[in-house]
Amino acid sequence: MIEIVPRDRPSGLLTAGVPVIAAVASLLLAAIPLAFAGAPIFAAYGQMVTGVFGSLFAFTEMLTRATPLIFTGLAAAVAFRARLWNIGGEGQLYLGAMAAVWVGSGAVDGPAALMIPLVLVAGAVAGGLGMLGPAWLKTRFGADEVVTSLLLNFIILIFVQMMLEGPLKDPMSLGWPQSEPIIDAAALPQLIAKMRLHAGFLLAIAMALVAHVILAMTIWGLQIRAVGENAAAARHAGMPVRRIFLSVAFASGTLAGLAGVSEVAGLKGYLTADLSPGFGYTGIVVAMLAGLSPVGVVFAALFIASVFVGTDSMSRAMGVSSFLADLTVSMSLICVLLGGFFARFRIRRIRREADA
Amino acid sequence: MMDLLQIFLSESFWAASLRIATPLIFGVLGALMCERAGVLNLGIEGIFVAGAMMGWLVTYLTGSLWLGVIAAALAGAFFGLFHAILTVPLGLSQHVSGLGITMFATALMSFTYRTAFPQVSTPPRIEPFRALDIPVLSDLPFLGPVLFQQTALTWLALLMVALVWWLMDRSALGVAIKAVGDNPDAVNAQGLSVYRLRIGAVVAGSALMALGGAFLTMSAFDAFFFGMVNGRGWICIALVIFASWQPGKALLGALLFGMFDALQVRLQTMAGAIVPGQVFLMVPYVLSIIALILAARKADYPRALLQPWFKGQR
Amino acid sequence: MTKRFGPVTAADHIDLELGRGEVLALLGENGAGKTTLMNMLFGQYTADSGSVHVWDAEGREHVLPPGQPQAAIEARIGMVHQHFTLAENLSVIDNILLGTEPLLRPGRNRRAAREKLEALMAESGLVAPLDARIRELSVGERQRVEILKALYRDVRILVLDEPTAVLTPQEADGLFAAIRGMVGRGLSVIFISHKLREVLAFSDRIAVLRHGRKTGEMVTSEADADAIIRMMIGEAHDAPERTAGTPGETVLRLDTVTIRPGRDSRGLKEVQLDLRRGEIVGIAGVSGNGQSALAGVLSGLLVPDSGAIEVGGERLTALTPRLALSHGVGRIPEDRHHDGIVAAMSVAENLVIERLGSADVQRRGFLRRGAMAENAEALSAAYDVRGPGIHSRAALLSGGNIQKLILARVLETDPAVILANQPTRGLDFRASAEVSRRLIAARDRGAGVILISEDLDEILSLADRILVMHSGALVETESRDRASIGQLMAGHAA
Repeated sequence: MIEIVPRDRPSGLLTAGVPVIAAVASLLLAAIPLAFAGAPIFAAYGQMVTGVFGSLFAFTEMLTRATPLIFTGLAAAVAFRARLWNIGGEGQLYLGAMAAVWVGSGAVDGPAALMIPLVLVAGAVAGGLGMLGPAWLKTRFGADEVVTSLLLNFIILIFVQMMLEGPLKDPMSLGWPQSEPIIDAAALPQLIAKMRLHAGFLLAIAMALVAHVILAMTIWGLQIRAVGENAAAARHAGMPVRRIFLSVAFASGTLAGLAGVSEVAGLKGYLTADLSPGFGYTGIVVAMLAGLSPVGVVFAALFIASVFVGTDSMSRAMGVSSFLADLTVSMSLICVLLGGFFARFRIRRIRREADA
Repeated sequence: MMDLLQIFLSESFWAASLRIATPLIFGVLGALMCERAGVLNLGIEGIFVAGAMMGWLVTYLTGSLWLGVIAAALAGAFFGLFHAILTVPLGLSQHVSGLGITMFATALMSFTYRTAFPQVSTPPRIEPFRALDIPVLSDLPFLGPVLFQQTALTWLALLMVALVWWLMDRSALGVAIKAVGDNPDAVNAQGLSVYRLRIGAVVAGSALMALGGAFLTMSAFDAFFFGMVNGRGWICIALVIFASWQPGKALLGALLFGMFDALQVRLQTMAGAIVPGQVFLMVPYVLSIIALILAARKADYPRALLQPWFKGQR
Repeated sequence: MTKRFGPVTAADHIDLELGRGEVLALLGENGAGKTTLMNMLFGQYTADSGSVHVWDAEGREHVLPPGQPQAAIEARIGMVHQHFTLAENLSVIDNILLGTEPLLRPGRNRRAAREKLEALMAESGLVAPLDARIRELSVGERQRVEILKALYRDVRILVLDEPTAVLTPQEADGLFAAIRGMVGRGLSVIFISHKLREVLAFSDRIAVLRHGRKTGEMVTSEADADAIIRMMIGEAHDAPERTAGTPGETVLRLDTVTIRPGRDSRGLKEVQLDLRRGEIVGIAGVSGNGQSALAGVLSGLLVPDSGAIEVGGERLTALTPRLALSHGVGRIPEDRHHDGIVAAMSVAENLVIERLGSADVQRRGFLRRGAMAENAEALSAAYDVRGPGIHSRAALLSGGNIQKLILARVLETDPAVILANQPTRGLDFRASAEVSRRLIAARDRGAGVILISEDLDEILSLADRILVMHSGALVETESRDRASIGQLMAGHAA
């Protein structure tokens, strides 16, 4: 028989090591589907590594891919800290993108110094409102925000499609449902000539630092942590729990909204209904892999982006389905959950004593 | 107004409502069993995908629809067991584990499908369940087309409503499942295993969910598409709250939902020129949120839902 | 019939024997190891070493496999837990039959079960409504269901863990009478308590536990109360002698505060309460009679349906936690883990969570970590909060140290009113003496203290005035006599 015993204090080494172990474990586990698909395993891993680190282009592609993941990862991490289950990052990303396109594609014109902050704020506010809704339904009616924020993803995506066939449609797009392009003044600048990496990456890192400072060093951050860890005690201590909850929801949505802005204004230049291949959902994995630490989110996002970019490259070269990346990412989530368990508990064998 | 009346009087409308409700009936019953035992199963969306894909694949390979149904249920049970192990004896976050199972199941199924059928322009098809043709009954006016020209899976869903009702409300096992979702200590003190009851309920519930997925590929359509589940699992999670965790109300909720969905399709053809089609596509999700808001205030959640329980600790 | 416990860690090397038809009392303070021991007997916990031996009716010896409640049930051992193990969404009969029926047999024939239960209820005098849901029952009724659950399984050994904690003295007497009757018919009982009085009145033999060890065992008729207390607490019983306060002007008045009874609470009935500077007002009563509603109102967590609260020179219809704090009401919550601390945050952070706005905690929204650390060091020293340090998580503190942390946080602001709700519950003797001393010191500095406690001895030793709560109503009593206070606790006019 075995028994699960909580550790007196969580193992510090294990807690710190869990994300790394989980990441490595998920990469190793990917060998099983690789073998199943009949690919030469070592060559495939080699191709993945080259696909990320083989050239400056490949590496900047990875950073480009990590950018929206940092934003959505932060959105999830900040919300989860307050035990607010924002699973609606995907929808908020689209809201942000839509708002950015709406103000940034010619409706307003001005110098870049004005236009860039404008699209950022517009997208951030749109995303923020996108999470404020479910959070309000939770505080007002007790409607579970997991379900409402999830369902809102579908509603928003359909809404985007509707807008792309209606008011936001680019008349020059020859019938493709895509928006008018972002004007040059509103576009986020490229960081390296001829590479797609854009200023959104720097903004993402800056937001991670801001989130870290807020959580660790401010009253608001302390309140967020208190509400997340023990809402009853926070209420008893006189904290405005409802207001904190709503403010975190808005902040979290803001971050997801910025992911959308960064994708349209930094990378694509216009909005389509396939802007995000699930960045919102992947953000949850990023946040968990980061142990909900904002700085950790940056590293987790780099890892996940590497998995995607490396697998894409390997997939093209060897004909293995690129769904392998999704599989690896989902396994990393499960591995990090299990790892967190072993950091907090140990499993003890119980010997049955022979009776005298 | 006359048009609306015509819709409500048409057999095809009611038949469609029941058809649309079928996967949801499976899903809500499955979610109900899990949650009654105290485990939220957000793996439902992925389990739908697993049921859809495995049911279809096994039928495609063997030509037997019922083998496909069994395969779907087994796939659901497998992912349910996975979720149950993570959340019951290990006591990990039910939210995160569920989302992880959804991502894992979806990715695994998509990968398997792509690997099995690398580059096909038109998706391979199976011969799906046909409407049962029961002599006499099928020819009844109105009731015939609505009830007796459904596929076997719809009948299976209705049978499951009765079975789950009997299990939860009339059997000692159901009492134990409800008790373990309310106060695991009560169950433990009476010498029953909290872990076994919870794991069993989650596994069985997940198998039911997977049948909802199987209905999509084996009855509603005849092929597997990526993204075909499209939030149906999440809708079930909302509906189970609306149904106050009761099988009878689950059936009612799913049917109401099917009705609204069937209605929106018909209104779309009528009003399509004035209102963009997407407005109608949003209806199911908006309805689910409304149902949740209506039910949330007086929702009587199982007391131990989301609470891990460890043997030998209080 | 004999039982033996071998060496056990949580409870250290304890041996116990129980004879047929005997009532053995297990006496000890909170944390002495009584409940742990019984949970191992019952298979709720797994013993690290040692074993349980049961002799059946024919005198054959059986060794119970550890960690399996099922084995204890089969050996016909029943346990009534201190925290009820009832599923509230099920009926009484469902709870009683849970685990006694085959899970999958179609059709449940309940007639035989019902007849057996009716007979049991008639025989024992413990009556409960079989078809009512548990959530509709009072605590007293729930307790009876717990015992019926055990009796239905024909137990030969019954373990009662603090059975009177939630009962009035009169209800407790009824319970003991019923159990006496069953002991006469061959039942053996182990009875866990920390109330010396009922142990002396009710048991045949007494075993005393302290810090997980057995410190003494004697036949009740030959027992000496002072000796038992020494065995329980390990040293001379020097409870702080009660000193009278010197009441001043009124600092808090509750004026006909009423809360309608709800699903989980008895509510409050026109509660009238005047608290003056420099006095401790003790609120006695059996738990569940409105104490938590009263504490909720004073903490700012509950809004009264009618009535007013006068505090800090203002008349308010309701408090919020924030208003309570700004009007000088310091609160020591009943459930210190649930309401008192954020376990995942540091000791230093927990010390300031009630005054995040003040200038030595923050500047322009940023935490002043340095000032917080100084504050925490000073308070930890002054209030003797011991743990791994002010920057480590509060979760790592023991219960007593968590309570000291909360005391430090509350008393540091020198509140005019202090609400102490069950402030010593679950604390060992030393820690609770310290809490009592702090409350008396606060009173002597001029605070008005409201002490809510289930422990009548604590009220008697600390309170300057005593009020009794029953069914949501508050009645003042001049008496300091157990029996007459007990009458009030049971709802009888004095």
